[in-house]
Amino acid sequence: MTRPDPAPRPGAPAAPGTRPGAATWPDSPLLALADDALVLSHRLGEWAGHAPVLEEELALANIALDLLGQARALYSELGDEDELAYLRTERAFRNCQLVEQPNGDFARTVIRQFFFSAYQELLYGQLAELGHPLATKAVKETEYHRDHAEHWTLRLGDGTEESHARAQQAVDALWRYTGELFQPLEGPEPVGAVDWTALREGWTERITATLGAATLTVPETPQRGAWTAGAGRQGLHTESFGRMLAEMQHLHRSHPGASW
Amino acid sequence: MSGTDWPLWEVFVRSRRGLSHTHAGSLHAPDAAMALRNARDLYTRRSEGVSVWVVPSQQITASSPDEKDPFFEPAADKPYRHPTFYEVPEGVRNL
Repeated sequence: MTRPDPAPRPGAPAAPGTRPGAATWPDSPLLALADDALVLSHRLGEWAGHAPVLEEELALANIALDLLGQARALYSELGDEDELAYLRTERAFRNCQLVEQPNGDFARTVIRQFFFSAYQELLYGQLAELGHPLATKAVKETEYHRDHAEHWTLRLGDGTEESHARAQQAVDALWRYTGELFQPLEGPEPVGAVDWTALREGWTERITATLGAATLTVPETPQRGAWTAGAGRQGLHTESFGRMLAEMQHLHRSHPGASW
Repeated sequence: MSGTDWPLWEVFVRSRRGLSHTHAGSLHAPDAAMALRNARDLYTRRSEGVSVWVVPSQQITASSPDEKDPFFEPAADKPYRHPTFYEVPEGVRNL
């Protein structure tokens, strides 16, 4: 007895040899930038109700909302923002591994933010010069994010013995995820025209200066682990990312099209 | 919230060029630079301002509620001190 080929069910395993979703999701370097923003936004959102003080909770939420706005603008350029955010699986996300790292303590969150915002400010600065409209608008946001994280880095690093130790621990732990940031994103302009060497130099200069002023040591360890070499950009993520994604996507997946 | 260890700051926001700074509220912050940043996040996120001042609350000398009567009542029955005798020219805003 023969049956007609059933239509592929959503979520069904893909045929062997094809990567799920590989053909359906846009292959644009902007997707990586959008994923960076969305994932870090979600991580920062996890502080809501848990931040050390009310003032800082609002600051983190503000930064998270800025990033969410950037992600939405970029996703809309590429397709349907809800589908891109909520219906891709872990392997289809192109964010760097730095942004998916768990919040940890406040120092860990601050250092992660400083590493990323310093990068994003320089990257969006270049993209703005190349004429990308979102980057032109968002570069001021990233400048503030970097400034905020930088001020906290100085205070934690050059603060108490405890805050210094925690900040240094955060720097050491996150350092291995920073090399990936400068792996060139292939694709059309403007992202394709970014000068990644200059970006790396600018970033290193800023990080070195601020960590020095904060009495923190710039690690001499490699900026990538054996298995982290540019992996986030290829869809390979660290363990905690799957859980974060499950939490972020479960409402949309459980109630498709829900609105209020 | 454990922010009670941090000093309190009063926040003044100027909403437009040409207006004066107006008291917007207060917040806790470890120092002036952070107070300014917190003020930006707390009080200007809906584009309320073009300029922000933060002042340590301790530095403010306030009139005492007990002295309210000698301080303010003598002015209450002197309406002639209000400049009501001229007309405001058209087109003058913020007066």
